[in-house]
Amino acid sequence: MELDYGRETWIVECPPGRLRDIAQWLRNDLGYSFGSLVVEQVAAGWEVTYLFPESTGKGWIYLVVRLKEGDDTLPSISDLVYAADWPEREAEDLFGLHFSGHPKLGEFVLHEHWPEGVNPMRREFAASQEAPRGRSPLPLYPSPILEAPGAMALPIGPVFSDFAESAQYILETTGEEMIRVVPRFFYKYRAVEKIAEGKRAEDVLLLAERFSGSSAFAHGLAFCQAIEAISKARVPRRAAQLRCLFAELERLRHHSSHIAAICGSTGLDVAQAQAAIIEEELLRLSCVVAGHRYLFGVMCPGGVSLDLNRHALEEISNRVANLGERLLALHDGLRYSSSFLDRIEEVGVVSTENARAFSLVGPLARASGLSEDFRVLFPYAGYERLKVQVATEEEGDGYARLRVLFREATESIRLIRELAASLVDGEVRAPVEPKPGVGLGTVEAPIGAALHWVRLNEEGRVVRYRVESPSFRNWLGFRIALEGFGFQDFPIILATFGLSNAECDR
Amino acid sequence: MLHWLGKGLTTGIKSSAYPASPDKNPGVTPGRPVATRMGPDMSQFVADRCPGHCFTPRANGVDVDYRTCILCNRCRRDTPAVVHWEEGYEWGVQMSAQSVHERLNSAFGRSLHIRFVDAGACGACMSEARLLNNPYYNMHRLGFFTTATPRQADILLVAGPLSDAMREPLRQTYDAMPEPKRVVAMGVCAISGGIFGKSFASAGGIAECIPVDVVVSGCPPPPLAILHGLLLVVNRVPPSSLASALDAESGP
Repeated sequence: MELDYGRETWIVECPPGRLRDIAQWLRNDLGYSFGSLVVEQVAAGWEVTYLFPESTGKGWIYLVVRLKEGDDTLPSISDLVYAADWPEREAEDLFGLHFSGHPKLGEFVLHEHWPEGVNPMRREFAASQEAPRGRSPLPLYPSPILEAPGAMALPIGPVFSDFAESAQYILETTGEEMIRVVPRFFYKYRAVEKIAEGKRAEDVLLLAERFSGSSAFAHGLAFCQAIEAISKARVPRRAAQLRCLFAELERLRHHSSHIAAICGSTGLDVAQAQAAIIEEELLRLSCVVAGHRYLFGVMCPGGVSLDLNRHALEEISNRVANLGERLLALHDGLRYSSSFLDRIEEVGVVSTENARAFSLVGPLARASGLSEDFRVLFPYAGYERLKVQVATEEEGDGYARLRVLFREATESIRLIRELAASLVDGEVRAPVEPKPGVGLGTVEAPIGAALHWVRLNEEGRVVRYRVESPSFRNWLGFRIALEGFGFQDFPIILATFGLSNAECDR
Repeated sequence: MLHWLGKGLTTGIKSSAYPASPDKNPGVTPGRPVATRMGPDMSQFVADRCPGHCFTPRANGVDVDYRTCILCNRCRRDTPAVVHWEEGYEWGVQMSAQSVHERLNSAFGRSLHIRFVDAGACGACMSEARLLNNPYYNMHRLGFFTTATPRQADILLVAGPLSDAMREPLRQTYDAMPEPKRVVAMGVCAISGGIFGKSFASAGGIAECIPVDVVVSGCPPPPLAILHGLLLVVNRVPPSSLASALDAESGP
């Protein structure tokens, strides 16, 4: 047992044969959620670590499964722990591990044109080499699996008419209703975890900030927490408070942008413009106080790279208070717009049972009645002093998601103002000595729980970097929200999910 | 619905005056380092510390390579007041001689349709591109529109380092566009691969796949910089170049 950011971690060796029993026991009887699956290639073979956080914040269990060299098979747990489905498929594609009993492996991260048996995350594969070419790419018009009269498959993407991220959705239908939905992601796979290997921590930080620019600060924070956990570095109190302040500023900006996208998806242009004005004002505020519109470069191991003076704090406090009033006015306007509510109410429903079964995270899960929030469960950066009020709604539809966004934005404004008024004096950065070891950083990013697992070698260089992002988790639940609804609901459900492909694909 | 009509009217006009007059509002741009005069020892020191290797040390100062600068801010924070930063946003540059001489017909220069392709961009470039439709930037006032099909597109706007899986969709989109057509690469990722560089998963810039006419540097380029790049395509702003400012100036 070791203490790691005030949370207890038990590291348990697990023989492959017992993995399914223990995973089921943790999930069903002890109420553990699923964190991530981390595959590491070690000298003796493989070390596969399953991370399970306790769903009321008591601690973490790491199940470590060791495989000898040449033994590439371990049992799949995806039928017991649904959230392990995609991590297993990813590990199969990138490492060539086989998960026996998994119903669908292959062609996930690496698309059809990538030859079988070439696994880029293996040590023997050099990141700098050319992508190997195997079979021809997927046909543009796939045939449906659905067997019914008039069945057809409608592919949407990967290039869209507006400014949308690359991803493909294959909607199978016999007419109006989306009966089966097959999302195809990883068009944006940039191999962040692979190219981080061998780099120094401060260079990987640039990558951590830039793989998902819309929540750059949260991911930079999670990465730095992992580095600080390895070095046992203490972050000064003022630096921790500033981290919370910037993280909430980013959440507020992200949620404003998400609200604008939801209004835009229903064609309510004035409301979209109102939210977009708030978003732009927050971007400008971030740029004025921190030198970058998306807060790149603010985070650094051991603290933050800049301090805010009294004038800047007052400016932030006053500006967000004003924006808060305008957000409330916008919410009031939306609440009485029946044509708007008709489009998002009882659309794209994710039930509490489904949200729990798929271990969904973030505002999406909180709109479906789950109250998990890493700021409260596993507090970091001094969030325990702030008494964060977690916003939850029960219905799990598009409107519930919108209400959660408004409530979280309001809470962020309260936190920013409280932090700005109560900032203690002191240093904003402590020295961090790189040490060998492994660390986990966990942050409640704007979209949900983000996990960054980092292993450093004796030279302080990254040997393994694993990112479990909230979008990767939540896209798994996208299919269940779509199926049964009509085509016309697709863009609206997509907007109310508000997930990022850059964050998912990495 | 009357509520929204009233709201829209009372909000007033938010749009930037750019390009008619420069936009000086604080926060519209993060700024960027500029070629700065300094001694040879200092220029070597600055160049060695840059994580993106964007500075070229010269006898009389450092040059900045905007094709690779990811605006990490480290030169500004770690060596304050050594490297100068500018507050501008006119970051578009023509890449090919063709785009200077053979412009899109001026008759169509005031109504252009844009097709956007995300070739592996992070959320920041995506967000800045999306903000072109925001009331503050409102590209419609300048005659730029997005289009639902590449068959009607005049300009292909691309962000991201070109991930392996997006090569084929990008090439097909480009091929489907009618002539004359122009390509704008926005963000350092699309220009040089940026932080992702060149690897099996990233081509290190879209020029590996299609010809590029205008590049807009920045990580991410702010919306006004993207507008500058778009205006550059149709010759509505004066041309700019990547040539060193150190050479242009004379004196110490």
